[in-house]
Amino acid sequence: MSKEQQAVACARRAFETGRSKSLEHRIRQLKNLQRMFTERQKEIADAIKKDLNKSEVGTQLYETLGLEGEISLAIRKLKEWAAPRSVEKNLLTLSDTVYIKPEPLGVVLIIGAWNYPWAVTIQPLIGAIAAGNAAVIKPSEVCVHTAKAMEDLLPIYIDKELYPVVTGGVPETQELLRQRFDHIFYTGNSVVGKLIMEAAAKNLTPVTLELGGKSPCYIDKNCDISIACRRVAWGKYTNCGQTCIAPDYILCEPSIQDRVIEEIKKSIKEFYTDNPKTCTDYGRIINQRHFKRIMAMLEDSTIAVGGENDESDSFLCFSLFTSPTVLRDVKPEAKVMQEEIFGPLLPILSVSGLDEAIKFINKGEKPLALYVFTSDDKVIKRMVDETSSGGLLANDCLVHYSVSSLPFGGVGNSGMGCYHGKFSFDQLSHLRSCLIKQLKMEGVNSMRYPPHTPKKLGWARFFILKTVDLGWVGRMALLAVLAVVAAVVLQVSHRGGEEC
Amino acid sequence: MSTPPSPSPARWFRALRRTRLGEPCLKTYPLECVDLLRRARVAFQAGRTLKENFRLAQLEAVVRMLEEHECDFVDALGRDLHKPRFETVMSELLLVKNEALYAFSNLKKWMQPQHVERNLSTTLDECLVVNEPLGVVLIAGTWSSPVQMCLVPLVGAIAAGNCAIINPSECTSHTSELLHRLIPLYLDNECFHVILAGASDLPEVVELKFDHVFFTGNREEGNRIAQAAARTLTPVTLILGGKNPCYVDCQCDIATTAQRLAWARFHNAGQSLVAPDYILCHADVKARLVQALKCCLMQFYGPDPRESRSFGRMVNLEIFNRTRDMLWRSGKVAMGGQVIEAEKYIAPTILTDVAESDPIMQQDVFGPVLPVLTVNNEDEAIAFINKQEKPLCVYAYSNNSKVISRLMSETSSGSFCSNDSILQSLMVALPFGGVGASGTGSYHGRYSFDTFSHRKSCLLRGTRFECVTYLRYPPYEDRNLSLMTWASTLSQKSQGWCQIL
Repeated sequence: MSKEQQAVACARRAFETGRSKSLEHRIRQLKNLQRMFTERQKEIADAIKKDLNKSEVGTQLYETLGLEGEISLAIRKLKEWAAPRSVEKNLLTLSDTVYIKPEPLGVVLIIGAWNYPWAVTIQPLIGAIAAGNAAVIKPSEVCVHTAKAMEDLLPIYIDKELYPVVTGGVPETQELLRQRFDHIFYTGNSVVGKLIMEAAAKNLTPVTLELGGKSPCYIDKNCDISIACRRVAWGKYTNCGQTCIAPDYILCEPSIQDRVIEEIKKSIKEFYTDNPKTCTDYGRIINQRHFKRIMAMLEDSTIAVGGENDESDSFLCFSLFTSPTVLRDVKPEAKVMQEEIFGPLLPILSVSGLDEAIKFINKGEKPLALYVFTSDDKVIKRMVDETSSGGLLANDCLVHYSVSSLPFGGVGNSGMGCYHGKFSFDQLSHLRSCLIKQLKMEGVNSMRYPPHTPKKLGWARFFILKTVDLGWVGRMALLAVLAVVAAVVLQVSHRGGEEC
Repeated sequence: MSTPPSPSPARWFRALRRTRLGEPCLKTYPLECVDLLRRARVAFQAGRTLKENFRLAQLEAVVRMLEEHECDFVDALGRDLHKPRFETVMSELLLVKNEALYAFSNLKKWMQPQHVERNLSTTLDECLVVNEPLGVVLIAGTWSSPVQMCLVPLVGAIAAGNCAIINPSECTSHTSELLHRLIPLYLDNECFHVILAGASDLPEVVELKFDHVFFTGNREEGNRIAQAAARTLTPVTLILGGKNPCYVDCQCDIATTAQRLAWARFHNAGQSLVAPDYILCHADVKARLVQALKCCLMQFYGPDPRESRSFGRMVNLEIFNRTRDMLWRSGKVAMGGQVIEAEKYIAPTILTDVAESDPIMQQDVFGPVLPVLTVNNEDEAIAFINKQEKPLCVYAYSNNSKVISRLMSETSSGSFCSNDSILQSLMVALPFGGVGASGTGSYHGRYSFDTFSHRKSCLLRGTRFECVTYLRYPPYEDRNLSLMTWASTLSQKSQGWCQIL
């Protein structure tokens, strides 16, 4: 048996013992996870620094602070989320108990990504633990040190049989995908997303796919351009542009293009000093393959800001540096517009106004995020109504990710399913409908049994009404009326039977 | 994309083929679907389906279609499944009507954006979730409840503002052709189309690329659909059949139990996704249960069910043969067992002494055959149920609420019902769907609307208060981080986590 098969089999056995289901267990595991982030902050930050050159503050800000918040939310709300959820009743089920019960799915596979390794790998794990599942965690092999940190640290804090960490590359992932899971949660790109969904389909396993896309950013000429550009620059160049919801490209009118470029240049200087290469707050491209891919995109566009790059600099031990870059007057056919950039290149395309912008956006695939900067509410409303995307953010970038009450996910090519907060819990649970009846009041049921008579059909039509939501007193009164009616029906059908 | 080739005469001849009984039926080939899909997409992109009035009008039209053509539906289902009028009206037409009326009266509420709980940093912003239609969806129904399985999801798709292509099952040819004829008379001709693609062609149709695929059927077909959908990254809802177990406890009112079970199992001649597939009966009450079931069957269908107008027939010879084979090679016939091939008739049959390895326990039973297995207590029943794949429904009959509780919490299934069957799948307020091998996703009522919608998160900020936002920008300073961490703990106590972003 391969190592992957063993891990999955072990997780399944552990799940079948039932110990992941109790609320106490789930809360205990979540509290342990919380402790890990508090106690091991240094190790986590070190690993991230080696992989992505993120500063320690940057790591906390973008990775662990969010997770700590989600864990606290889950611990506080777990009882409410896991409780049976009541539903409206109809006339026929007034005396019964009807509810929806959240249940764990079983063994969940979580495949993480490399750009925010802790955030996108652990956040689904929080949902999986909260929902009572076992989970196999497969961190991305691209961020080598973080994967090792996860492999070392997680088993110390959380149940290592229920939540094993499996590291490895493509062959190991393929072996994992041959096993049977109850849900697969993947964050990454759509090419691999398709393969994962196909592998899952063989076992009829449901999937949540958090993919990417080209997230457009429309800057209206009626807006505070300097603040808008500062926020766009922050959204774009954080983590060196390697964010699934980074604003991919800008759409604006030609009259403001120069001002936009000016403001972004100013913001870059403010954030990362004149020499971003030496700035500790500026990241690096993850590996050579992505570096070459991004460099190739520069070929047929005009560089307005930046454009310096350095494949290796052994003196300073930094490598794969690409400076924050802005491209101007970019054409839709340019290389940089053909795929998601995932790097610090910010193309600006000219559009004649909102109409052309909306048309352009709708021609492409549905993106994960859509940004619009304007002071005019009508413009925002049109964007909301006339385009489709995973999420929409007006007058800022990225921050909708941090609001736990908003579902975060894609649509169309940018993914399926959503998570964060309660949505993580629901996504990784099965919401089972339960109807608890008694073996009494059989009189009411008699109208549905054969032999079928037109009279019975008439009564049945009467009772299949819309749902009724009465108060307690109303319910009792209606029940009394029902009992009388049922008695009458019984009498009628009996007499009818005798006549036949 | 190049235009598809126009149909050749040979193709048209093939399109009009005959069933084994010599009745004509139309068939739509995948290439013909390309054109319909294109028309639906154009209609969707023009924004036809977005307005509330349009959706309400279409829902109303569905109700009118069912009311004005009740006789036609009764007739078509009678010819396809020998379905009694009562069952057609109750379980097919009234059900759809109920869903449509429910959607009609709740549509405004469902279409409203939902404002969500804000955190400390977004108190001055608007945080809402907007429900958007997905686009063009494919709805493929199964033959056991042909009208309901196509039209209930259609109600959800219309309510959510999508265009739809509906594929009723080719097995119920009269009903499919009726829908093919009626829907263009009532619903918008550009937005909604009916195709008659065979089960083997459906995966090819799915690969034409829809925004959601809703499929009801058996597991093998579901698997093929899921794989085709994966190749185009299309989200799916699958409602798949399975073996729904039913546990009968020693402490229960046998007469009532038998009545409810018999109704659930033998309506529509056993051809139902949600009927109890097999019974795990406590050893103490088994004899009484079988006796009570026999009495009920006599009461329902008379001494010769073939004469009864309340009893159905198998939909086609393939299902008939399959059920007959299972019947003949499993257990012992306690009642019934008669078959008449010419009529596709199988008598309501109860099997006892059924072993776990018998053919009838290896596949779904889509016919009026009820195997009764014996168990010594609920532990054995639970163990047996958990050995199988997760079914669409689990049923339990008992007066003891602890037993019910155990059955519910120690097994998993799409839905659960105690002391009755099927009803939980008819309620508009309960999500109906499977889990594991019985499917993914759910529908009915609000859940249909949600299945066919995309919940788009919208966070609408202003550009003021940059003085607060500045904390997040580089150069990152420990001082700023401490401030934000402190603020984060503040809001953790009250609302949820936050970053002053």
